[in-house]
Amino acid sequence: MSSSDLRHTALDALHRSLGATMTDFAGWDMPLRYGSERDEHNAVRTRAGLFDLSHMGEITVTGPQAAALLDFALVGNIASVGTGRARYTMICQEDGGILDDLIVYRLADTEAGLQKYMVVANASNAQVVLDALTTRAAGFDAEVRDDRDAYALIAVQGPASPGILASLTDADLDGLKYYAGLPGTVAGVPALIARTGYTGEDGFELFTAPEHAEELWRALTEAGAPEGLIPCGLSCRDTLRLEAGMPLYGHELSTSLTPFDAGLGRVVKFEKEGDFVGRAALTEAAARAQENPPRKLVGLVAEGRRVPRAGYPVVADGKVIGEVTSGAPSPTLGKPIAMAYVDASHAEPGTAGVGVDIRGTHEPYEVVALPFYRRQK
Amino acid sequence: MSNPTDLRYSKEHEWLSPVEDGVATIGITKFAADALGDVVYAQLPEVGESVAEGETCGELESTKSVSDLYSPVSGEVTEINEDVVNDPSLVNSEPFEGGWLFKVRISEEPSDLLSADEYTEFAGN
Repeated sequence: MSSSDLRHTALDALHRSLGATMTDFAGWDMPLRYGSERDEHNAVRTRAGLFDLSHMGEITVTGPQAAALLDFALVGNIASVGTGRARYTMICQEDGGILDDLIVYRLADTEAGLQKYMVVANASNAQVVLDALTTRAAGFDAEVRDDRDAYALIAVQGPASPGILASLTDADLDGLKYYAGLPGTVAGVPALIARTGYTGEDGFELFTAPEHAEELWRALTEAGAPEGLIPCGLSCRDTLRLEAGMPLYGHELSTSLTPFDAGLGRVVKFEKEGDFVGRAALTEAAARAQENPPRKLVGLVAEGRRVPRAGYPVVADGKVIGEVTSGAPSPTLGKPIAMAYVDASHAEPGTAGVGVDIRGTHEPYEVVALPFYRRQK
Repeated sequence: MSNPTDLRYSKEHEWLSPVEDGVATIGITKFAADALGDVVYAQLPEVGESVAEGETCGELESTKSVSDLYSPVSGEVTEINEDVVNDPSLVNSEPFEGGWLFKVRISEEPSDLLSADEYTEFAGN
């Protein structure tokens, strides 16, 4: 795909003025990094980083039966999400395969008193999710609206982010819990302020109108500079989420896996009322995962310095026992790490003799429990 | 950053220093280092190893990818940069200086290297 076919966010000109290296990500021309991706990674771990995530796909669901629709369409218990709170969940196929992982925000009711939710899908799956929700909405009194162009999304992540954001808003950030969101004004700009992220650090995601994105970005940059905030690209976002053990669709999650296969069966809420898409298949998948799990998602830490990449075989005793789904040099651990699906027989932390086939050479790896990194609270 | 005019360049984005007592120093260009991103691991050829022009002789790992390292010249490796082995980020910070990779006693004059101007045009920077 040539650059002219790619979609550009409202911050595109700004990224270019900052000298960003851009990359094609799910059809969007996005900043990969501005300078050193390791410096960007470390800034988020120790200070703060600023991300343009406007490629994420927002879908608004409103109506008297919005919650009922989402309970039917998704695997989570959405009706139980309170106003101003958010929930990590998934949308599955009838056969239980994962279509996408999502964050659903319960917004304030509309002026007409209708339930209102914002579903945030991965850029690569936004259309699939939109189509599935639209199809599944048949028979429900709820409207599914494509709001991808209605929002820019800017994230400020890292231990300094609460202080930086507090200097730009009167919103009650102390009262804003993890996985909560409230409408507010930041630097004079209306935004939905959500305490969510994909980095393993404290931080915020700010949904705003595209025409306000540049103003908001500049204000955050200015307020954050004394705290060491720097702009951060998707490259460090990937290493940050990998260290935090967070799955990425297309790597750890796919239509050929159920949430139980991915070790995320907890997101499936069988106890909720009514049927939901995938219930029968997921009930079987849950039992299978309990009794006879085929493979498990584990962490691998290198003893050497060669880096495992997605698709590399995991080996033991000369046999392939799994496959790397994501791998990178970890800036925080100072060595290569990976997530991999491995046979249950080799999934216990500390299992001896496990390696990764790195372009023909079997490099020793230690099996560890996820995540690799957990922030100190 | 401009490409130093006293160096010669390959289309695989390596540079070759002027030959001194039959030995030349080899590294990768700033353009290549920027394209790779942070280099985290450099697997260099071993001292005494024979390398051949245009053939792979090692690899450079960055956050996002691994890239083969090609020798721009044939000969025998006389020295590798241990500083880069210990701190691969030198490839990014000083690609033309402290981030050099290895030295070769040249057995055959390379056939197809570019001048700084030609390389700059080739790399489009």
